Amino acid sequence: MNVRLADRLATSIFWLGTVFVLLILGFLLGYILLHGFNSISWHFLTSPPETIRAGGGIGPQIFNSFYLLFLTMIITTPIGLMAGIYLAEYAGRNRITEAIRLSIETLTSLPSIVVGLFGLLIFVNKTGWGYSLMAGALAISVINLPFLVRISEEAIRDVPGELREASLALGASQWQTIWRVILPSALPGLITGWIIAAGRVFGEAAALLYTAGMSSPILNFSNFDITSPASPLNPFRPAETLAVHIWKINSESLVPDVRQVADGASAFLVLTVLVFNIAARWAGRYIHRRLTSDLNN
Amino acid sequence: MSNVKIFAQDLNLYYKEFHALKDINIEIQENKITALIGPSGCGKSTFLRTLNRMNDLFEGVRMEGAVCIDGQDIYDPQIDVVNLRKKVGMVFQKPNPFPMSVYDNVAYGPRVHGIRNKQQLDEIVHMSLYSAALWDEVKDRLYKSALGLSGGQQQRLCIARLLAVEPEVVLMDEPSSALDPISTLKIEELIQVLKHEYTIVIVTHNMQQAARVSDSTAFFLMGEMVEYGETDDIFTKPKDKRTEDYITGRFG
Repeated sequence: MNVRLADRLATSIFWLGTVFVLLILGFLLGYILLHGFNSISWHFLTSPPETIRAGGGIGPQIFNSFYLLFLTMIITTPIGLMAGIYLAEYAGRNRITEAIRLSIETLTSLPSIVVGLFGLLIFVNKTGWGYSLMAGALAISVINLPFLVRISEEAIRDVPGELREASLALGASQWQTIWRVILPSALPGLITGWIIAAGRVFGEAAALLYTAGMSSPILNFSNFDITSPASPLNPFRPAETLAVHIWKINSESLVPDVRQVADGASAFLVLTVLVFNIAARWAGRYIHRRLTSDLNN
Repeated sequence: MSNVKIFAQDLNLYYKEFHALKDINIEIQENKITALIGPSGCGKSTFLRTLNRMNDLFEGVRMEGAVCIDGQDIYDPQIDVVNLRKKVGMVFQKPNPFPMSVYDNVAYGPRVHGIRNKQQLDEIVHMSLYSAALWDEVKDRLYKSALGLSGGQQQRLCIARLLAVEPEVVLMDEPSSALDPISTLKIEELIQVLKHEYTIVIVTHNMQQAARVSDSTAFFLMGEMVEYGETDDIFTKPKDKRTEDYITGRFG
């Protein structure tokens, strides 16, 4: 086979690979959105689920998913950032720190059902909280934290060394350099990473089955008393999230419109994750331009 | 007759096992321009970085001997490195402005050292940009990103940035090697003006630049300082054969 033919063949194969992936993606998204779109309505998104009759919604589950996301991110983002700064700026590259990095890397690939069972033992049983939003948030934090540490470290390392040198050569301390030059430069990468992590957390199911639970009590949305069991703000109540709900109704539900509910919930979930990813790119780019005073250029 | 601003005594530096600087003894005069020349890898940049302790940033660096500025050993553990770097500033080979506005770049140094008053900062920024011969070109775009400037302008911005912290010594590591000839000329003119207020040490690959610009020249080869003297003497009647060979282009 001559050189030009081989070259053309290789190019075509790579191009075909991409097209194949795009087709699968398109088909998957298209199928989900098409089937589920009809079920999505304001009523669907705000009403509680029905146990026996048709016409139930996913309102509380959506709220629970966002609230869980909020709690998880508050816990993991600061810790992840601090660890990332330490690993990128203060720790060297020796055997001990490489072992730490390897451990963190391994933790990012923990099976989530295993984390869920761990959560059941510690955050549900040992603490005595029972199935609760808090237990779910802590379990997800175990999964999310190593990921955020890695993102933070990488975003900070990506800042060119010459900026660091320039700052230090002007007499700035290491902390001043981090705070005034490195973190602002790393911010777009950090924000993009955080939003992508949020997308992952939003769709998590296995770790929540036995921590946040598979039921949601009747929620009174005008009740702001955090200690009351009927208040949606109380983090110590069971809180079935969207992904878990999809699983549950497909396995055990008795309502006659199971297909519509499941399809609608799936469509909403996928749409939300898509929005997260697009927002991540847009936000990263916008913030970078603002910080570098590039808006007028 | 000038004072000795900086001197190095029996200075040896090791990068892990590699002996990068061997028994360096040199006296650098105040308010003069001293050029360090030599082929790639001869240690001139390494020596320059010992003068503001930028070598501290690398792991595995070991030093023996003394480096003194105004008679004080700068490697003494009591010395405040932050203060040292304020006094001894550095311009790098590739211009490295911060991704901020021109104003914020120049104000960075003063802000880091505690100056917050807007009027004071305005004045410092104006003076520094003026001293760096950049004011006229940027006065209408002070609040726009520094990254939009040309290479030569960015390098002059880096000089302005360092002048803003009021140093006494300015170190330049091949400051115009990444720039076009016109920008290079502007920077050389700038250096000639600056020497009246600052002591300047410049590392350069370009022998003609060293001959044009400096008062004294030191020739480095493989970690040793082979010869050091008035620039005119070095270039017209070098004492060491190696110096002569380098200057006439027989190697390097």
